[in-house]
Amino acid sequence: MSGLEKLSRREFLQKTGVASGGLVFAMTLGIPRGADGADAGSVSPNVYVNIRDDDVVEIYCHRSEMGQGIRTSLPQVIADELEADWDRIELLQALGDPKYGDQNTDGSTSIRKHFDVLRTAGASAREMLIAAAALEWGVPAAELVARDHAVHHEASGRSAAYGDLVAAAAELEVPEDVTFKDPADYRYIGKSMDLIDGAAMTTGTAMYGTDTVMSGMLYASIERCPVFGGTAKSIDEAAALKVKGVEKVIRMPEPTSPPAYNPIGGVAVLASNTWSAEQGRKALAVEWDTGLNAEYDSESYRQQLVDTSHKDGKTALNRGDVNAAFENSTRVIEADYYAPHLSHAPMEPPAATARMHEDGSVEIWAATQDPQSVQGTVAALLEIDKAQVKVNVTLLGGAFGRKSKADFSAEAAWLAKKTGKPVKVSWSREDDIRHGYYHSVSAQYLKGALDDEGNATAWLHRSVFPSIGSTFSAEAAGPGNFELSLGMLDNPYAIPNMRLESGDAKAHVRIGWLRSVCNIYHAFAICGFADEMAHEAGADPRDYLLRLAGQSRKVNPADHGAEYSNYGQSLDAHPIDTARYKAVVEKVSAMAGWGRDMADGHGLGIAVHRSFLSTVGTVAEVRVDAKGKLHVEELWLVIDAGLVVNPDRVVAQMEGAGIFGMSLALHGEITAKDGVIEQGNYDTYPVIRMSEAPKAINVHIMDVDAPPGGVGEPGVPPVAPAIVNAYFAATGKRVRELPLKKAGVV
Amino acid sequence: MAIEFTLNGEPQSLDVDPQMPLLWAIRDIAGLTGTKYGCGKALCGSCTVHVDGNPVRSCAFPVSSAAGMSVTTIEGLSGDGNHPVQKAWRELNVPQCGYCQSGQIMTAVALLERNPNPSDEDIATAMSGNICRCGTYTRIRKAIQRAAGGES
Repeated sequence: MSGLEKLSRREFLQKTGVASGGLVFAMTLGIPRGADGADAGSVSPNVYVNIRDDDVVEIYCHRSEMGQGIRTSLPQVIADELEADWDRIELLQALGDPKYGDQNTDGSTSIRKHFDVLRTAGASAREMLIAAAALEWGVPAAELVARDHAVHHEASGRSAAYGDLVAAAAELEVPEDVTFKDPADYRYIGKSMDLIDGAAMTTGTAMYGTDTVMSGMLYASIERCPVFGGTAKSIDEAAALKVKGVEKVIRMPEPTSPPAYNPIGGVAVLASNTWSAEQGRKALAVEWDTGLNAEYDSESYRQQLVDTSHKDGKTALNRGDVNAAFENSTRVIEADYYAPHLSHAPMEPPAATARMHEDGSVEIWAATQDPQSVQGTVAALLEIDKAQVKVNVTLLGGAFGRKSKADFSAEAAWLAKKTGKPVKVSWSREDDIRHGYYHSVSAQYLKGALDDEGNATAWLHRSVFPSIGSTFSAEAAGPGNFELSLGMLDNPYAIPNMRLESGDAKAHVRIGWLRSVCNIYHAFAICGFADEMAHEAGADPRDYLLRLAGQSRKVNPADHGAEYSNYGQSLDAHPIDTARYKAVVEKVSAMAGWGRDMADGHGLGIAVHRSFLSTVGTVAEVRVDAKGKLHVEELWLVIDAGLVVNPDRVVAQMEGAGIFGMSLALHGEITAKDGVIEQGNYDTYPVIRMSEAPKAINVHIMDVDAPPGGVGEPGVPPVAPAIVNAYFAATGKRVRELPLKKAGVV
Repeated sequence: MAIEFTLNGEPQSLDVDPQMPLLWAIRDIAGLTGTKYGCGKALCGSCTVHVDGNPVRSCAFPVSSAAGMSVTTIEGLSGDGNHPVQKAWRELNVPQCGYCQSGQIMTAVALLERNPNPSDEDIATAMSGNICRCGTYTRIRKAIQRAAGGES
């Protein structure tokens, strides 16, 4: 096995949570003054904080900003524990470096997995400054308090600004055990602080991956094989080189199997500006060997998935005896749900710039969710050490999982090495849509039984899709437990007989994570079928959800044989709690005025789903016009995310999830014909625009005393089923396939 | 032959392919990166600038068509970043990733210059050429109303 494969495997395990237990504790103790690049006039109690003697507290954000607001929320946590003044902090974006621990900004982990790390970073700095003052004043530390960016001794009335304690603090050990603040004393945690980057983002000065400019830089545009895995048979570059501004044409490294995060081949045209590179690229004549995936056809592949979903699968969870229950029941319903591939389509397509240094190291500026994975991928490709790959993280113009992959950074690094010049690789929109790491296509089969009172007695659910694992292992045959754990194995319904199965499917494109991942199709099928069961029972769908949830209890999928990962965190801290689920059902339905009289053509639909350790309930109100077209009039989203750091950012994520969920519900579909992706831009891959946006997206955050859950992703999964259920309420027509445009209603 | 136009009040003389979209002339040649690429086909509005006061999708507007005209980008919208639309955007914390917001703001400013008190429908009509994948539409609507002097 090559080093590259080893790396990919390890990254894969980290991402899937297979190898990671609880908290990654990344603190390093005692960085002395002047060491590790710190200014002489400063002290760094840990890698996240540097206190300068001019009284400024530097905070390093080691997570990537892609719209979730982490560059505001992260310093809120540290500054709060540090008792720092918000106006005297300076936020710096951390380089990619293992000293920060996990930097992979995916899985809605930035707060839920790092809250205690960040609190510790602030608290240890605070206690160090207190200890320094105690030493200087010869008083017990217990008599001192930190407040408003200074340490105070109430008894004597003495105070010292943090900056004035830097020299003394630098002589001290960093405290190993720290005491966290009483939550009642939080100043920033739980407050809706304004965006740190608000000014930059409204004046055009915010710097994204595509905005890096350096002297002598070449702009690269890469023509890739239209079929995933194909290679160039012949290249005629003569005409391209005649285009004004074009300087070089370079063949990219061949695609690997599995693809992992490596470049996927093709031909790069490098020029003095973007336009010339694109014109040169159009002038290329490339003959392709389209390779093994040239017969990939979404229509026939769909039939394969559906056929597989109708056969016995691999059992992932089993309770009772569903077959006996089906045989003994007179009311059995079954349904096929289907959801296609999706593309992330962030407004900023993938972009990275790389420059080689004279010592053989490479420096990269990238819109990346995962700078350490850029280090690993680039090091293997360039055959250098990871420490020789310096990764600067820019702002990300949207990401949604696409930019957790290092491929575009690796392309830039490869070209910088080949040319000896700085190179910026910018993907076009068509490159982005046609060569993505797609959200997986999926067929879901469900079968349910009801007793005479309408109670659900049996539930069979089969999930069939090509696995993300295929991106990292050529042997991957079908869904992994890490994927079934995303919204299938944690089914909270109190149904006595339940069996959850998976069916295999082979991948013909790169499969990747997309905002909320498998929860999209699992929630679509589960919440849609729950609505079908309610109607079969003659019950109100909202009331039926409360019946399905059953007695208040904590569900453990392992009780019925499931290997359930719970997003890498413990079920004790983050239980599958049906009491909290029911509270969300009740709150969101009350907000939406569930049960009110509806105008003709209007309908309400409800869906509730737990993902990334948070539960979100959505009610959609739809209107179906005289032509049969559906309009989403209003959305209500209620989230139980436990403790939240910045409520306004949580509200913003729910608003954004409403729109993102609508895009995939109404329009989102990537299809292949002869192995070629049929969509290419926002005309053929439409997303929601303001004209289709609801008149209001109403959000409520549940006040729950519990550790923080995820926020960026959990709002997405319930949106599509809520809309589909609302469409049924309005019309009596059941849609079991996404997107809704396929049914002719959009 | 060099193409001459005014960019944010400064005269420009760019020796480029006349067919080069204004977007790339602004970004790669003039060096102002606040205007963003999103689609290259006038589908998403991220590249919106003002040409003689009119909102234009600069990704599909040849630089030669700007000859002799006055081009304003997000960097030139106000000297201090305090145009009422920019202020409203910050007060309501509209941006998420922020990438599309230069184009959103430029389109919104052009709307308010034509129509100082737009209805929700006017706003939807004017803004529907600007995609926000993060989904900030409800806040954009409120921010435009606020900049117009409304209640939001």
